[in-house]
Amino acid sequence: MADPNNDDPLERAAGWRDQGLGVALATVIETWGSSPRPAGSQLSVNESGSFVGSVSGGCVEGAVVESAQQVIRTGSPQLLEFGVSHEQAWEVGLACGGRVRIYVERVE
Amino acid sequence: MKREVLERLQEHRAAHRPVVLITDLESGEQQLILPGDDAVAPGLRQAARDALASDRSGTVETAASRVFVRPFNPPLRLVLVGAVHIAQPLARMAGETGYEVIVVDPRSAFATESRFPGVRRLSEWPDAALPALSLDSRCAVVTLTHDPKLDDPALDAALRSDVFYIGSLGSRKTHASRLARLRVRGFDDDALARIRGPVGLAIGARSPAEIAVSILAEITAALRRATP
Repeated sequence: MADPNNDDPLERAAGWRDQGLGVALATVIETWGSSPRPAGSQLSVNESGSFVGSVSGGCVEGAVVESAQQVIRTGSPQLLEFGVSHEQAWEVGLACGGRVRIYVERVE
Repeated sequence: MKREVLERLQEHRAAHRPVVLITDLESGEQQLILPGDDAVAPGLRQAARDALASDRSGTVETAASRVFVRPFNPPLRLVLVGAVHIAQPLARMAGETGYEVIVVDPRSAFATESRFPGVRRLSEWPDAALPALSLDSRCAVVTLTHDPKLDDPALDAALRSDVFYIGSLGSRKTHASRLARLRVRGFDDDALARIRGPVGLAIGARSPAEIAVSILAEITAALRRATP
């Protein structure tokens, strides 16, 4: 059986930091309507764009990874919101019709 | 997240200690709360306790700010008594579902590495193995042997703990005689009602893998307090 920690975003974040890579952690803070991943779901991203974990069913991960790159550079946390009412949602396609708020922070 | 917060969080998780991460969404400041921490504002302490009990994250308004409360409960564990055929797909599927699987079977021909690659295997008898595991409310126990010598002491240990799920493989007839034996051990009807038998949801499962699906579905419903 696979090591359960292999897919653990926090374990991976710590591992990447140990290798000297810049890392950001994205966490689902709130959801409305039907959202595939509940609050608390996490995604770790490193400076080269590799990621582990999920904050949606794959709909907004691309946009989150992009924001994470900025957060790694600047160190300022970002609060992202995606949903069908948001123009960005059409781009990244939150097809489930829900809304989700995601907090992205740098791992120091 | 400060590196020291991440390191302490991972230490608590590795030691199977429940812990709550609080993030101030305005300042970005973070703190960890352990149950029984009294150096914490009462409102936050209650929010942390609720988050661990419900295993749900959420935002909370405090006097000063808005905070995100993220519980980290100890890992889910599934104890399988009997390294039989059904245990093989069940161990694999439960691993995928996030359980640490522990297979207990003193019969060395059954609990082999090649039958259970990477799975923790204990070759003690269940009455020695289960109490040593410190069963808790994040554990499920399933007996699969049909053999009273193995199943009964395992059920005895499970019933004396607060595991969230107890299942026991066997026909209605086998289950009735099992309950009769456990009554002799001193368990009353309320205690015995905790045992799901025949085990698993009624989905018409036939093959070992299908039976594993039905058992894992029933365990999931018990964990999430759903009524299928």
